[in-house]
Amino acid sequence: MLLEVKDIHVHYGKIAAIKGISVEVNEGEIVTLIGANGAGKTTTLKTISGLRGLTSGKIVFNGQDISKLPGHRRVIAGLGQAPEGRGVFPGMTVHDNLLMGAYTRSGDFGADLAEVYELFPRLAERRTQMGGTMSGGEQQMLAIGRALMAKPKVLLLDEPSMGLAPLMVQQIFSIIEEINRRGTTVLLVEQNAQQALKLAHRAYVLETGKVVKSAPAADLLNDPDVQAAYLGGGLGHEEAAEETPAAE
Amino acid sequence: MNQKNSVEGFRHRFSQYGDAVHERWLNTPGWQRWIVYVVLIVAALLLPSESIGSFMSPYTDWASILFFPIGTYVVLAIGLNVVVGQAGLLDLGFVAFYAVGGYAMALLGTRLGWNFWLILVVGIGLCALSGITLGAPTLRLRGDYLAIVTLGFGEIIRITARNTDAIGGPNGVRGIPHPPSLPDIELFGVQIFKYGVLDPRPYYYLLVALAVIVIVLVKRWEKSRVGRAWAAIREDEDAAEVMGVPTFRFKMLAFAIGASIGGAMGVLWAAKAISINPNDFQFLLSATILAAVVMGGAGNLPGVILGAFVVAWLPERFRGLQDYRMLIFGAVLVALMIFRPEGLLPSRQRKAELQEGSGGMGTLGAEVPGPESQGEEVASR
Repeated sequence: MLLEVKDIHVHYGKIAAIKGISVEVNEGEIVTLIGANGAGKTTTLKTISGLRGLTSGKIVFNGQDISKLPGHRRVIAGLGQAPEGRGVFPGMTVHDNLLMGAYTRSGDFGADLAEVYELFPRLAERRTQMGGTMSGGEQQMLAIGRALMAKPKVLLLDEPSMGLAPLMVQQIFSIIEEINRRGTTVLLVEQNAQQALKLAHRAYVLETGKVVKSAPAADLLNDPDVQAAYLGGGLGHEEAAEETPAAE
Repeated sequence: MNQKNSVEGFRHRFSQYGDAVHERWLNTPGWQRWIVYVVLIVAALLLPSESIGSFMSPYTDWASILFFPIGTYVVLAIGLNVVVGQAGLLDLGFVAFYAVGGYAMALLGTRLGWNFWLILVVGIGLCALSGITLGAPTLRLRGDYLAIVTLGFGEIIRITARNTDAIGGPNGVRGIPHPPSLPDIELFGVQIFKYGVLDPRPYYYLLVALAVIVIVLVKRWEKSRVGRAWAAIREDEDAAEVMGVPTFRFKMLAFAIGASIGGAMGVLWAAKAISINPNDFQFLLSATILAAVVMGGAGNLPGVILGAFVVAWLPERFRGLQDYRMLIFGAVLVALMIFRPEGLLPSRQRKAELQEGSGGMGTLGAEVPGPESQGEEVASR
């Protein structure tokens, strides 16, 4: 097992945001966390990447307990993240954003840069453009590409479909699939359950800070409860699920 | 509406002209840049001359105000710019470090009789230490909260100084020694190393030397890995952390460097002033320096220097108008914020951040749309 989250609890002040979540990610997998707003998806991801401290529980990555490690050390350990709301550096060019992604690395990473530009030809076109002046979809591509520059073992993605047009969501998701095929493990947090379940191998359903279901993604797609709650009531409303990405 | 358009138009033209100059500068080869640097330094050294002074400052001695407030504000602004402009941390109590430097000079000079140069080194160390002492507990806070705590720190230092009789209480310290003089060296009829009471010019030359050293160091940091880390922290602290930037450590470093620069200026200033007291370190000074940084164009050194110069010089220039001079000063500040909200000479990076909507202040600003955010909406469509 590459990443194991063991019964973590997280508090915002006195309010418990996460009440005992356990997640396992095996090497080579795409695992997704789905759930409604406020279920604790993003908080779980932030706790894994070290932006949030945990009250109790344990995070084991690659055989090492990283629960107490600060965020920047977890990057060196091999966790890469494209943060919520993309977090592109607005005043840096696309190229400089990507170089920031390789901040922890020394030596030559020209090959990785070339690979990111190959995965995202749009970024290559906009190499000298400021990050802040790009469209939402392009910023998402940049955020993912930038995370890849650190050569992560596990890529943490926080709502990559947020605020994007359906066509752009399709494009981003197929790139995620490609990244996974090339050997990077992916932990994906998504509100767009339909898309996420189609893409992932396994999935966890979160509700108010707890895991309520975990199963292979394909099973959850056909699960009547999940369909009712997250996939438009199981009435075949695929479009409905796709048309309501959370507004920014 | 029409009026608004003409303001926009003016702003646009002005900013295009600025861009052209900037572009030209970026393409200037190294040796030509060196010529510009040398010319600038020589110009700075020639500045305290009568003919310039009669226009620049008809009411006060030009050479005196070149040292304080103008030169002092410039160095302080360069120091604060590291904290605010580069790392994006809103520090409202910068005067505290200036005070620590000033008191270091005053106390070590009068009580222990130390030499100015030794105190300068020790003072810089002390200020770096106080920067770290303040930073360690407070840099976990962000934005407005950090601003409030630093504001409090500035006041704590001043009030503690006022209430501690051992360091002079409200009367401060008197009889601070001047730097050791070398009266034999004369250049164009000026004893350039004679640090006395009458001639402010030797102090001014010393200040120019300090400013040049500080500028060279700050410029080097800005272009290094440290500078990139600061820029990332300023633009998005969480994103910087998940890029592997040790954000806390780099924020401390920015605080320590800014504090050291403020402290060095404090030592130099106290060495000229003969006497200092807690009222020399009012909150207003922190606010003025911050205004200089923001108005000049936070993050861009030439802008910050220009901003500090304007902020220090304008009130002196209009001293003849007595109470109205502050009114004019205020009007100029308001006009600048209307015509150049990004500062007189903003860095390109900061301009992009401003457009992105973080108010051009990185994580320290509220998430409000900048004045040109309409453009972004179009881009994201």
